[in-house]
Amino acid sequence: MANMSLEKVNMPVQEPNKRNKNFQEVALGYTEDMAMEEAQRCLHCKHKPCVNGCPVNVQIPDFIKLVSEGKFQEAYEKITETNNLPAICGRVCPQESQCEKLCVRGIKGEPVGIGRLERFVADWAMKNNKTSEPKNDKLNQKVAILGSGPAGLSCAADLAKMGYSVTIFEAFHAAGGVLMYGIPEFRLPKDLVQKEIENVKKLGVEIKTNMVIGKVMSIDEIMEEGFEAVFIGAGAGLPRFMGIPGENLNGVYSANEFLTRINLMKAYKFPEYDTPVKVGKNVAVVGGGNVAMDAARSAKRLGAKSVFIVYRRSENEMPARIEELHHAKEEGIIFKLLTNPTKIIGTCDGWVKGMECISMELGEADSSGRRRPVEKEGSEHIIDVETVVIAIGQSPNPLISSTTPDLEVQKWGGIVTDEETGATSKPGVYAGGDIVTGAATVILAMGAGKKAAKAIDEYLQSAK
Amino acid sequence: MFKIVKKEILNPLVKLMEIEAPYVARKAEPGQFIILRTDEMGERIPLTIADYDRSKGTITIIFQEVGKTTQVLGAMNEGDSILDFAGPLGVASHLDGIKKAAVIGGGLGTAIAYPQAKKLHENGAVVHSIVGFRNKDLIVLEKEMKEVSTELFVTTDDGSNGNKGFVTDELKKLLESGNQYDLVIAIGPLVMMKFVSKLTKEYGVKTIVSMNPVMIDGTGMCGGCRVTVGGKTKFACVDGPDFDGHLVDFDEAIRRQSMYKREEEKVSKEHKCKLGGALDG
Repeated sequence: MANMSLEKVNMPVQEPNKRNKNFQEVALGYTEDMAMEEAQRCLHCKHKPCVNGCPVNVQIPDFIKLVSEGKFQEAYEKITETNNLPAICGRVCPQESQCEKLCVRGIKGEPVGIGRLERFVADWAMKNNKTSEPKNDKLNQKVAILGSGPAGLSCAADLAKMGYSVTIFEAFHAAGGVLMYGIPEFRLPKDLVQKEIENVKKLGVEIKTNMVIGKVMSIDEIMEEGFEAVFIGAGAGLPRFMGIPGENLNGVYSANEFLTRINLMKAYKFPEYDTPVKVGKNVAVVGGGNVAMDAARSAKRLGAKSVFIVYRRSENEMPARIEELHHAKEEGIIFKLLTNPTKIIGTCDGWVKGMECISMELGEADSSGRRRPVEKEGSEHIIDVETVVIAIGQSPNPLISSTTPDLEVQKWGGIVTDEETGATSKPGVYAGGDIVTGAATVILAMGAGKKAAKAIDEYLQSAK
Repeated sequence: MFKIVKKEILNPLVKLMEIEAPYVARKAEPGQFIILRTDEMGERIPLTIADYDRSKGTITIIFQEVGKTTQVLGAMNEGDSILDFAGPLGVASHLDGIKKAAVIGGGLGTAIAYPQAKKLHENGAVVHSIVGFRNKDLIVLEKEMKEVSTELFVTTDDGSNGNKGFVTDELKKLLESGNQYDLVIAIGPLVMMKFVSKLTKEYGVKTIVSMNPVMIDGTGMCGGCRVTVGGKTKFACVDGPDFDGHLVDFDEAIRRQSMYKREEEKVSKEHKCKLGGALDG
């Protein structure tokens, strides 16, 4: 008999006023009992609507059934049939707009906590040192993956499972891409990311760090080294600025720089680690997405007294996940909505001392369907801050496309691909993730990596 | 891991290392840089490529021990390995078609000016090199510079080498005496590059400077290396590091350079204390 509770089994979290002073994980995860109880809320619908919402096609009712029976190892194997990074997806996927959105239990009450269960299973497997056994029919064909973020890792893992000899080229010193430099420790612990990457390596994937493709080698040179196909998953690595006066003052960061210093370089442990970050008493983060929330919550943890999210539209239009918004509010982040920066003001020696903003109101809907913010004349005001973090989005990094002349690129920098296969204009070269779509989610990038893996396999087999 | 195959002490402050990095060496060109990290806790720092040997697969770096990372690096020896070493980054200097150039190196900047002078020399250009140091004990690469320069001028701030003055004084003399340069390349402290650019602007001589701001990734991702050039924001890592000296906002660059001064001093001091403690113990 199903557990007919209208609500998900509660997941323990760190107290807001404690957690906003440390970098440990906010959500603490289910115990075995909690997981089995939550798993019993699944109705095992025959038509499996939830699976349709999953970009990597996790067989959700099947794995949940195994959890409800206490068969955690089997549940893990079921998930990893299609998902190569479950501990990560269980934490950072926007389940509310994917699998859980389509859950029948969600019609009346809360949907099944699919994300929480996935996380539980992955953590259980990690804790008990279980991995999925790799199949090892070796094919004698080499595939190169550029970038070790979610798109690259998922593409690499799938190809390795098929038996290809896969090498990932990563520009940074550590693998993981945005999972390492972007998403903070308190949402996605880095040792867990590394463990998931270790699992991908166990499949036979080789990862070469410090390889800035486009500089150290071109795609053509990679292919000359015997790689028969290439997947580009280099991400959206180019920060956008606002183009307002004062953006180059000391104390103004792109969210990329701010988060990379903190996450990848571990500036939150300065001076134990050598890389510093500057966080003033008052910090303004400009933007309304998940990256803005991450930056704001990080600033708070680094001791800022007041942290403002400055966003030009209203809360309804915010692209951040509701859960992230909610966590940010709980932790004391102050939301200055319908507010747009016009100028950053500096001291005489060039440090930020304030940000001039103008109030906005919502007008007609724009091309994105969201109501367009319009300036309210004469409403300029100054927020006193010493640090400004600009989190208004990233563009695809042009390092690879600019050195690959036969690669077709959109005006805004995204690589042009076939939507179904990820094939680019260059034969044997595929692309997926943020470098194609612009900044999106981890799971969409993973889905694109998977699709491309399948297409690369078909390409290489038909070329034989 | 990237092995140190050669280490040389050029003066009490400046060290040279040849690093085994065959992929980087294959592609390196004058004007480009690398980013390295000595150990797991370390910072990523950019260093300009001072020389490269494609057949040996090595990159030469020359650095001054100014912060903790360079101190740690300086304490490493031949046979040791650097944890991370990525490159070649940035855009190579455009030196084709230059018939006559003045290459200016200020202090350690001489190490970075050297590959440019060498390339110009190989291209058959007339190269007037002017290198300046605080005193004669700090002079580096004099012999190497001489080999690739049509004429070499070495100045010292205190006159201890017998030629007192700044590089700008020497350059001014050359310009005054009617030398027509296609290009002036100035590499060194920001203040020096600022004054060279100011001088050459008066004479209308095209000048490029090499910027070396704070950066993390070196691939355009962090935007920490923002430089204002002709009123527009550029990223030194991917748009540079070479820029038109007449258009660079040097005052802003000088200010941005000092952003982490206090933090740098803190880790550097703690590092020295630790070393001191270890020696005493």
